[in-house]
Amino acid sequence: MAKAYTPGLTVSARVRYRARRLLPLTGRITVKVGDRVAATDVVAQTDLEGDITPMKMSNLLSCAPRDVPGLLLKPVGSAIAKDEPIAQSKGIFGMMKVTVKATASGTIESASDSTGMVMIRGAAQPVQVRAFTSGRVVDVLGSEGAVVENDVALVQGIFGIGGEAYGPIAIACARPGERLEASSIRSEHAGCILIGGARMTIEAIRRAIEVGVAAIVSGGIDDADLKALLGHDLGVAITGSEKVGITLVVTEGFGDIAMAARTHDLLTSHIGHTASVNGATQIRAGVMRPEIVVPLADEATGDAHAGGGATAGELSIGTPVRVIRDPWFGALGTVASLPEQPAVLGSGSKARVLEVSLADGQRVTVPRANVELIAE
Amino acid sequence: MRKDPSRIKVVVATDCGSTTTKAILIECVDGVYRQTHRAEAPTTVEAPFADVTLGVTNAVTELQELSGRRLVNDDGTILRRTSDDAADGCDAYISTSSAGGGLQMMVAGVVKEMTAESAKRAALGAGAIVMDTIASNDRRRPHEQVQRIRELRPDMVLISGGTDGGDTKKVTELAELIAPAKPRPRFGGEYSLPIIFAGNRDARPAIERTFAAGGFDLKVVDNLRPTLERENLGPARETIHDVFLEHVMAHAPGYDRLIAWADAPIMPTPGAVGDILQAIAKGRGINVVGVDIGGATTDVFSVFDGSFNRTVSANLGMSYSISNVCAEAGMDSVLRWVHLDMDERELRNRVKNKMIRPTTIPQTHEALVFEQAVSREALRLAYVQHKAFATELKGVQQQRTVGDAFSQQEGGRSLVSGMKLDLLVASGGVLSHAPRMEQTAAMLIDAFEPEGFTELAKDSIFMMPHLGVLATVHERAAMEVFERDCLVMLGTCIAPAGTAVFGKPVMRWSVRWDGGSAEGTLMGQEMKLLRIGERAQVEVVPERGFDVGAGPGVAVKREVRGGSVGLILDGRGRPLAVPSGAEGRRLVASWAKALELHPD
Repeated sequence: MAKAYTPGLTVSARVRYRARRLLPLTGRITVKVGDRVAATDVVAQTDLEGDITPMKMSNLLSCAPRDVPGLLLKPVGSAIAKDEPIAQSKGIFGMMKVTVKATASGTIESASDSTGMVMIRGAAQPVQVRAFTSGRVVDVLGSEGAVVENDVALVQGIFGIGGEAYGPIAIACARPGERLEASSIRSEHAGCILIGGARMTIEAIRRAIEVGVAAIVSGGIDDADLKALLGHDLGVAITGSEKVGITLVVTEGFGDIAMAARTHDLLTSHIGHTASVNGATQIRAGVMRPEIVVPLADEATGDAHAGGGATAGELSIGTPVRVIRDPWFGALGTVASLPEQPAVLGSGSKARVLEVSLADGQRVTVPRANVELIAE
Repeated sequence: MRKDPSRIKVVVATDCGSTTTKAILIECVDGVYRQTHRAEAPTTVEAPFADVTLGVTNAVTELQELSGRRLVNDDGTILRRTSDDAADGCDAYISTSSAGGGLQMMVAGVVKEMTAESAKRAALGAGAIVMDTIASNDRRRPHEQVQRIRELRPDMVLISGGTDGGDTKKVTELAELIAPAKPRPRFGGEYSLPIIFAGNRDARPAIERTFAAGGFDLKVVDNLRPTLERENLGPARETIHDVFLEHVMAHAPGYDRLIAWADAPIMPTPGAVGDILQAIAKGRGINVVGVDIGGATTDVFSVFDGSFNRTVSANLGMSYSISNVCAEAGMDSVLRWVHLDMDERELRNRVKNKMIRPTTIPQTHEALVFEQAVSREALRLAYVQHKAFATELKGVQQQRTVGDAFSQQEGGRSLVSGMKLDLLVASGGVLSHAPRMEQTAAMLIDAFEPEGFTELAKDSIFMMPHLGVLATVHERAAMEVFERDCLVMLGTCIAPAGTAVFGKPVMRWSVRWDGGSAEGTLMGQEMKLLRIGERAQVEVVPERGFDVGAGPGVAVKREVRGGSVGLILDGRGRPLAVPSGAEGRRLVASWAKALELHPD
């Protein structure tokens, strides 16, 4: 039987999930192997070196650069506060001295005698990394981070915006084909991970932000609505740092498209359970998809899954797939056959194809590149 | 050890890309070098393999199976020939690499338009991706510059500034911004970040003092702009290559072994492409533009009158960056190339769906037409950026007459000229894999708007990187393979420059080829395709106000090369203006029909 490998997104009722939680640079790990942690517990922290504020002191004092170190009122390495006098010129016969005040608080890091520049290093900025999912610490990665493991229900979306969010799951759309409208969002959804159905409208997103919803998960979004929300057209799919007041996860794609029934069923089965959501998406080398993680109460062993990356699996007859490009974009079905020989497409190109039996009974031919697995 | 070129008869070359390692076999057959076999295997630089040589061995093993020549030793290394008549092994093994995201650099210079631009040219020419250019006059305040430097994680930093003997203060100031910002190298904090200083030689002591604190590996080379009138990019480029090998490659898994296997230094892939294009331009005495359009970026290379330039348009590509192309060009600009009715809202969603699922391919004719329309805009924008960058040196004093005062021409004129362009070479998925060669030719003409006579070709399997390194060990072999196997000739485009009016004559033409001839008058907004075989004799007489290279209205008689497409006569005038709306759609449809772009 012919086989092929194709990427897919995980929708799984139970999987052993490992969250690799890393600091941007080395720091202090606050947990040890075996510790049990909650999703919002801090597992690692560090201090980022403070910002540098340069001051062109020779210009400010109207002196030669080589004179600058001798005109500082405090030696290099001293603490200085904003608006505190930092340097003073000699003046003329001790008169008409110019005093320069520090433009930032911090430590005087250096004073250059060749350029006359003085650098003030600001206070260190603390950075904390949370566990993301509740579970047990299974590894400590030197002084860079920790790995937290738990059995979870996991849904990978195709695209998201906004960072990490936490909250109980609430349902706004009872059916996966139902559009998420503003009227479905109520005040009791504040702080929730809200599950929609098909496309989320811009009115719904705005209403959710107003109410204080932590995150929305739905089938689709319109490009025009995303643009209206962000205030600009998204050029490349590297997201996660948006500050729009909510995290959004799209499970299927752009346009009017229903959430896969299996995804909707799985999320609906966890109403009221606490979930962690990350909208961060990175579609480059080292692909990262948004995720919804629902820790399970008991700890039966599932298949291991490292957080973040997409999966790949084998295509064979009967494998459930989703068509991911027009003319059947979004259609679900199963692989009916995997012809060995390339076929000529409607575009005129030659490519390897497969036949898909769609849910409505149609049997269609699609390039292998245009399907993705619906991975368990 | 460098081999005597006359004894090199069999060469194995690999290009280790981010996803695929491509291997080719080059053999001397009846006194001529030819590319005889090609193979590929997944690149193995990432976990769980974490050793680039595994992918190389796999690709070369496939080459061995295809060619019947033993090329791999039992331990996976590349087998060498023991004597000139040995049936197995190769005489040289060479490689390029862009795995792990290639070479990423930050550059800095005092004046944005002068030393900073020269530094950027040196870095791009060496095959780097320039993450940012810091300059004293880049309109960012010092703390904003420091913040930016801290965010970047470059493989190395190139600093220039000041002409030799000139001011030292400004360039030292730049160094004093960079040193405390402590940019961290991309491959972790285990090694010192290489800093290459190629500025005013008098500033060297101050620069050395500034970077004396730990965490940096400072290399000082000759000033890349010793005087305002002269660029000296060679030493900086060579040092970039050395540092790339010593630091970046040495920290990528398995590269220490790969370096030991290779008979020539491993080059960054785009650097090798630049080298082969320069060699071709020099060898044939022509001006060349090469383009490689990928999913995320588009590289443009040009050699005009011996001056080489390369630009990387970081967010102009056909999958990861497709949405950015549509945003930058505007959907109206994309849709002017489409002759079919399409719903804009639907298209916008399709663009985003391609962005988030970048490996999909167009299945329908309509999807292909749209994707090729996007590619025209991606290529056009990348070329606009290239033309703006590939300029004469800026900041050079020019003697001006009173008359010049009225023309007010800005310094730094673009070196790139549509009329002087002789050969346009295309590579990258959307161009290489177009179902019809005519479509590739049409995309090139619409995006680059060549003027006069221009040959069009494509590098169908992206062999240029291999040949770039080959040129360093055996230039003749590289040239022969380039001409015979690398390039697929599409044909020649003749496009009179001038303002074309629909239905008004642009030029008279007559063409004679082996087994046929034709003549006629090309009208405004008309395109014509002639299947001429390998070569043809052409005589064209442009109308007044139109120029095909010899001056307005001056006739030209010469031989042209055909190819898999033929001779294209382009009567649309230059610069190209495509009307919008129904009239534009009718015209685009007529051009598509004339060039036989689509099935009936």
